[in-house]
Amino acid sequence: MNVVVMLKQTFDTEARITLDEKGRINREGVSLIINPYDEFAVEEGLRVKEKSKGEVTVVSVGEAQVQEALRQALAMGADKAILVSPDGMEVDEYVTATILAKVIGGLQYDIILAGWRAIDDGSAQVAARVAEILGLPMVNMVTRLEVGEGSVLATREIEGGSEVVEVPLPAVVTAQKGLNEPRYPTMKGIMQAKKKPMQKMTLQDLGLDAGQVVPKVRAVKYYLPPPRKPGRIIPGEAAEAAAALVRALREEAKII
Amino acid sequence: MPGGIWVYAEQKDGKLKKVTLELLSAARKIADEQKEELCAVLTGRDVAGLAGTLAEYGADKVYLLQSEDLENYTTDGYTSAVTALVREHQPSVFLLGYTVLGRDLAAHVAQRLDTGLFTDCVDVRLEDGQLVFKRPIYAGKAFFEGVCPEARPVMATVRPNVLPVNPPQAGRTAQVIEVNPQPGSIRQIIRDVVRQVSTRPELTEADIIVSGGRGMKGPENFRLLEELADVLGAAVGASRAAVDAGWAPHSMQVGQTGKTVSPTLYIACGISGAIQHLAGMGSSKYIVAINKDPEANIFKVADYGIVGDLFEVVPLLIQEFKKLKEQG
Ligand SMILES: Cc1cc2nc3c(=O)[nH]c(=O)nc-3n(C[C@H](O)[C@H](O)[C@H](O)COP(=O)(O)OP(=O)(O)OC[C@H]3O[C@@H](n4cnc5c(N)ncnc54)[C@H](O)[C@@H]3O)c2cc1C
Repeated sequence: MNVVVMLKQTFDTEARITLDEKGRINREGVSLIINPYDEFAVEEGLRVKEKSKGEVTVVSVGEAQVQEALRQALAMGADKAILVSPDGMEVDEYVTATILAKVIGGLQYDIILAGWRAIDDGSAQVAARVAEILGLPMVNMVTRLEVGEGSVLATREIEGGSEVVEVPLPAVVTAQKGLNEPRYPTMKGIMQAKKKPMQKMTLQDLGLDAGQVVPKVRAVKYYLPPPRKPGRIIPGEAAEAAAALVRALREEAKII
Repeated sequence: MPGGIWVYAEQKDGKLKKVTLELLSAARKIADEQKEELCAVLTGRDVAGLAGTLAEYGADKVYLLQSEDLENYTTDGYTSAVTALVREHQPSVFLLGYTVLGRDLAAHVAQRLDTGLFTDCVDVRLEDGQLVFKRPIYAGKAFFEGVCPEARPVMATVRPNVLPVNPPQAGRTAQVIEVNPQPGSIRQIIRDVVRQVSTRPELTEADIIVSGGRGMKGPENFRLLEELADVLGAAVGASRAAVDAGWAPHSMQVGQTGKTVSPTLYIACGISGAIQHLAGMGSSKYIVAINKDPEANIFKVADYGIVGDLFEVVPLLIQEFKKLKEQG
């Protein structure tokens, strides 16, 4: 079973966000991680491979530093990595998906895994767009995956419960928390990762011309939210404080 | 006349989702300003009865797509049926809720139509004849505003619970157009559906949320929060620490790797207020924190705080809210 995992590098969840002088999100000095949902996808890919043989290929769109995230996936056990650099060009979800689909379309795959959303832009649409471009069925927000001959059974989160969906392979499946516990790279894994193939590609290498990678949406501006004002501590013994809180919610906030 | 401003009318078990009414209210304003029709797209089986409500909340037209194949949501079935309808009528704007269903459908439809999509928007406004979409990024630590200059329709999913609902106009009617839906071949076969039986509202739609963290000490103590939630008609949430300890299912996790919620009132019990947790609930209108530690970070964002043992404070709060309820 050949698995392709789409992976995005994101800001660390602890990162404080600031703007640069051009009014864009400042990337200086921010520590970077694998998007946590993509880590579940990498882990699941490794488990599929361990059961059925085959290979795990991780693919990403981004600048040079994304190689660190890809190396980490290789250290976890993935076999090879492909990074496409958009060379500072503006990308939206449409462009990212166009590039990913082009790369993946040239690979041998049985299943494509991704995180259901990235924690930075939260947009939850790249995997769906890739599935559409490649003409593949998709199952979103999966918490349990059973890979069979020619099809998968995926348990996915729905509002107020879950459902089990069967789709034929090849398919795109996105990971939700709960799917698995990602492993940590071992020392041996880290050493081996250094020798594993990391292919770097440009849009020209992929045969994508400028007209195919024009974003559909454009950013007008970025800004930071006003800080929340701290409120007040309600003093007194528990009973007194509880009564005062309920009174405040009713009389000041008028929400109860 | 352009093809109109469209809203996807999400329903569950024959009831419209609140976000649908929120979308209709926002879209009504855009439709009036643009002098376009406001159309609702209603899909499912035996859902025709909801058309009247859509009209009262502002729809001029309701496209009704009913079929056995659309009884349950499947990515393929809904995407094909809705895309065909959009292709035929060419709306200029298409809005959906940022729900489990809405975001899956929106992303697939947007790609089939080769158009742009803004996800999880908290505001949409017209500026110089162009729609500007506002959305939180980095889990609410920043905001982004964007436009979709050329591709049509402009698509967006909107976060539930942030846009106001206009009062309904009783007796207002809409033209109902029955469409023969084209779900095509559906590759997702639903083998089983497991519903959690809960009388409590969905976290992402709830007006009040009672949330517990590591301070709850164990799974059995979530009963206490459920009791408080039931007095208030609230939903129950949890921090990641509580979820990772196995005290609550992941579907209850609030935060950067859990759900984003925007209730009127968020009551955090035994939660320290880590940056990843705040990212999920920081846009709550009012935050109440109950924590033993006066230095806890959660007090920096809370409108009201009680420094104390939650096992003492929460039962007292339940009593107080009950008293209030009895007084009416
Ligand atoms: C990649 C990543 C993603 C993450 N995503 C999320 C996320 O989505 N959501 C999330 O919540 N966290 C997330 N976290 C975890 C986050 O960093 C914190 O570890 C977590 O929020 C802590 O949960 P807590 O506040 O319940 O626990 P603690 O930080 O342990 O706090 C427990 C609090 O309970 C108080 N307490 C204890 N006993 C009592 C009592 N009897 N009465 C009153 N108060 C009491 C203590 O004073 C303390 O403040 C993420 C972390 C990472 C690295």
